Amino acid sequence: MSALLTVEDLRVTFPTRTGIIEAVRGVSFTLGRERLGIVGESGSGKSQTGRAIMGLTPEHGVITAKRLDFNGIDLLKASKAERRALRGKRIAMVLQDPKYSLNPVMTIGRQIVETLRAHEPVSKAEARRRALDMLAAVQIRDPERVFDLYPHEVSGGMGQRVMIAMMLVAGPELLIADEPTSALDVTVQLEVLAILNRLVAERGMGLIFISHDLRLVSSFCDRVIVMYAGRIVEELPAARLAEAEHPYTRGLLNCMPEIGADRHPLPVLERKAEWKE
Amino acid sequence: MSETAMTRREWLLTDRPQSRLQARLGRAYVAWRRFTANRLAVIGLAIILGLIVLAVFAPVLAPHSPYVGDLANARLMTPGPGHWLGTDDQGRDILSRLIYGSRLTLQVVVLVAVIAAPIGLLVGTVAGYAGGWVDAVLMRITDIFLAFPKLVLALAFVAALGPGIGNAIIAIAITSWPPYARIARAETLTVRNSDYILAVRLMGASPWRIVLRHIMPLCISSLIVRVTLDMAGIILTAAGLGFLGLGAQPPLPEWGAMIASGRRFILDQWWVAAMPGFAILIVSLGFNLLGDGLRDALDPRGSGQ
Amino acid sequence: MTPALAIDGLRVAFDDFVAVEDVSLSVAPGESFGLVGESGSGKSTLLRAVAGLAPVTGGTIAIGGKVLGDRRDKAFYRTVQMVFQDPYGSLHPRQTVDRLLLEPLAIHGFDDTESRIVRALDEVGLGAGFRFRYSHQLSGGQRQRVAIARALILEPSILLLDEPTSALDASVQAEVLNLLEQLRAARGLTFVMVSHDLAVVTHMCDRLMVMQNGRAVEQLTAADLAARRVTQDYTRGLLAASEGFRRTA
Repeated sequence: MSALLTVEDLRVTFPTRTGIIEAVRGVSFTLGRERLGIVGESGSGKSQTGRAIMGLTPEHGVITAKRLDFNGIDLLKASKAERRALRGKRIAMVLQDPKYSLNPVMTIGRQIVETLRAHEPVSKAEARRRALDMLAAVQIRDPERVFDLYPHEVSGGMGQRVMIAMMLVAGPELLIADEPTSALDVTVQLEVLAILNRLVAERGMGLIFISHDLRLVSSFCDRVIVMYAGRIVEELPAARLAEAEHPYTRGLLNCMPEIGADRHPLPVLERKAEWKE
Repeated sequence: MSETAMTRREWLLTDRPQSRLQARLGRAYVAWRRFTANRLAVIGLAIILGLIVLAVFAPVLAPHSPYVGDLANARLMTPGPGHWLGTDDQGRDILSRLIYGSRLTLQVVVLVAVIAAPIGLLVGTVAGYAGGWVDAVLMRITDIFLAFPKLVLALAFVAALGPGIGNAIIAIAITSWPPYARIARAETLTVRNSDYILAVRLMGASPWRIVLRHIMPLCISSLIVRVTLDMAGIILTAAGLGFLGLGAQPPLPEWGAMIASGRRFILDQWWVAAMPGFAILIVSLGFNLLGDGLRDALDPRGSGQ
Repeated sequence: MTPALAIDGLRVAFDDFVAVEDVSLSVAPGESFGLVGESGSGKSTLLRAVAGLAPVTGGTIAIGGKVLGDRRDKAFYRTVQMVFQDPYGSLHPRQTVDRLLLEPLAIHGFDDTESRIVRALDEVGLGAGFRFRYSHQLSGGQRQRVAIARALILEPSILLLDEPTSALDASVQAEVLNLLEQLRAARGLTFVMVSHDLAVVTHMCDRLMVMQNGRAVEQLTAADLAARRVTQDYTRGLLAASEGFRRTA
């Protein structure tokens, strides 16, 4: 399996008035055409890892790495213009809340068409046809109607499908999904995941699925990375999550209430300083 | 705990203050540091402090009397040794008049702020929190005041009340509260349905308590900023009234009135009108810079980081 | 025994939009009752209607056998308190923890404020070191503890919990849930808890009601749910969804 993305010793730091905040502290992994889950609690650096790969780290953040390689392209050396060309075309990102990611004053169809035409020299008619196909691919029943709607006219689940359609229309090789379903109701969540699952499989994309929900990630991904305080504490195949060794991973798994399990009080995660080492 | 080893700065910036006083001082210190990081704001503050010093120590600082001039020997003298900013048509030292005039300027500014800002704050927060017909009535009144140009309305009031510095202050105050009411109302609308206000309602707090103790403190910082930025406008309105002869009456050394009396010689003896003009310019600039700095320092959105 | 909270045929409407329609339920003193549903099910609105924060347009709400009118009196607020969902939005940004806890005591004219504040902070596992902090100096879990302390400082008998842990990390959620259970046991509190998470509700509550589109779907005990003894398809769907993603292909 050839590596699509190689990350070695990635560090993201933010200088602030009160000192330097190290959001990501030496993260390394490789990704093939597979589904990789990155799990962690708030402040674990999981989102900043995704953003650094995508090139969306806030201006004042400093990124360093021994290697940050996407398909033979050194992302650290790439110019702003090159990064921009990659973004959307070859690497795409789905964010948590479609409400904030879609332009409120542009119809859904036009946004998808614009995204496509920004990366490929296609005719308007061709772009429209592909946008409609894409909307159909995310199981929107009436693509023609949804094409002309504004983002506020669709529900959260539909909005997230539109986001996925927009992100995938240019045919990226790598998709980074940062909590793509956290803002959705559980039942809708599963529909969106099923769509994502199918598209990733059909198109042979690499997927980085970032989430706080260990169970969800393990049921969806092939491989899981658990992050704590900017570092990877454990990496394991999703199917063998139950055999996790690190006390943090085990603690995370344990502390969630379960239907049918009568545990009062819930086991509490005791954070140890040495996990940060 | 190595409390003794803490420097004063650490004590102020600590994450776990030990008393109400320490928490409050720590907060003020953070705002102060943010304020002083902005060099222009510090210049603005220096100008305003300079103005206050001038006003307080006017009798000591002024080289001559502001009211009595040497009509025989010192009429309309050019700036130079003895009279650094020259003299006016009555032979009075312009520098001394400007120094004494700073008292009037400060008086106008402070009184207007003290009268107008609380009225605006009260009207705006009550209207915003109460909603319904209370809101409608209060805001229509505000709109009526806003519909007139400020100076014209102030002129009308002064015409009714009679000329004089006191009436000018009242007139300016009456005409300058409506923008504050608008700001306070807008601010109130954004917080009135927030969970923390609902939580206070669920404590059983009366509407007055909520408005006075929970909503007003949130509006105050944006209001302070707006008032400081308006200070320049207030000075200009006061000067405008003085210029038109409806504000301070001669021989009071009000800056606007000084420009008005210097107007007659503006081509030959430019300094008579220009010096008070510069004074107004510098003080207005000072208030504007201060206001900008305060906006950055007090903005609650910046304090989370 | 008179129920701590009895709701009969409740209807809540905002202008033309009906958020809750014909919902009835009864919660015994000391019981923990859950409301489950997806967004738009009306579960939070129901809770707010009890608290007096949403307009009741039909039906009745009774606390301890006494039917509530449109206006809530001070005695009501000493009986019923609420913890909000978003710990970042429910604490006043310009007030210290001390001030936040002092406010309810001042409103209700308590004298021994000092000792009550110290005790309240102790009870929720925050030491005196937190007393003079501002909310922006606290983590999400700490904020929610402060919100719980504030709700309990008036010693209410009924606590309304609106998704109290959904904005928190899983490990922090466990801590807060444990704290709530422990406080309920110690004070004999009645809980009415809203959540979208079936697992959390079955963990915390004795009985629960599933809601959809402003109406009650069914009421069942936590034991029934754990044993999958459900009668409605909608509940079954929720139950299946809460078990995570299953790859079909």
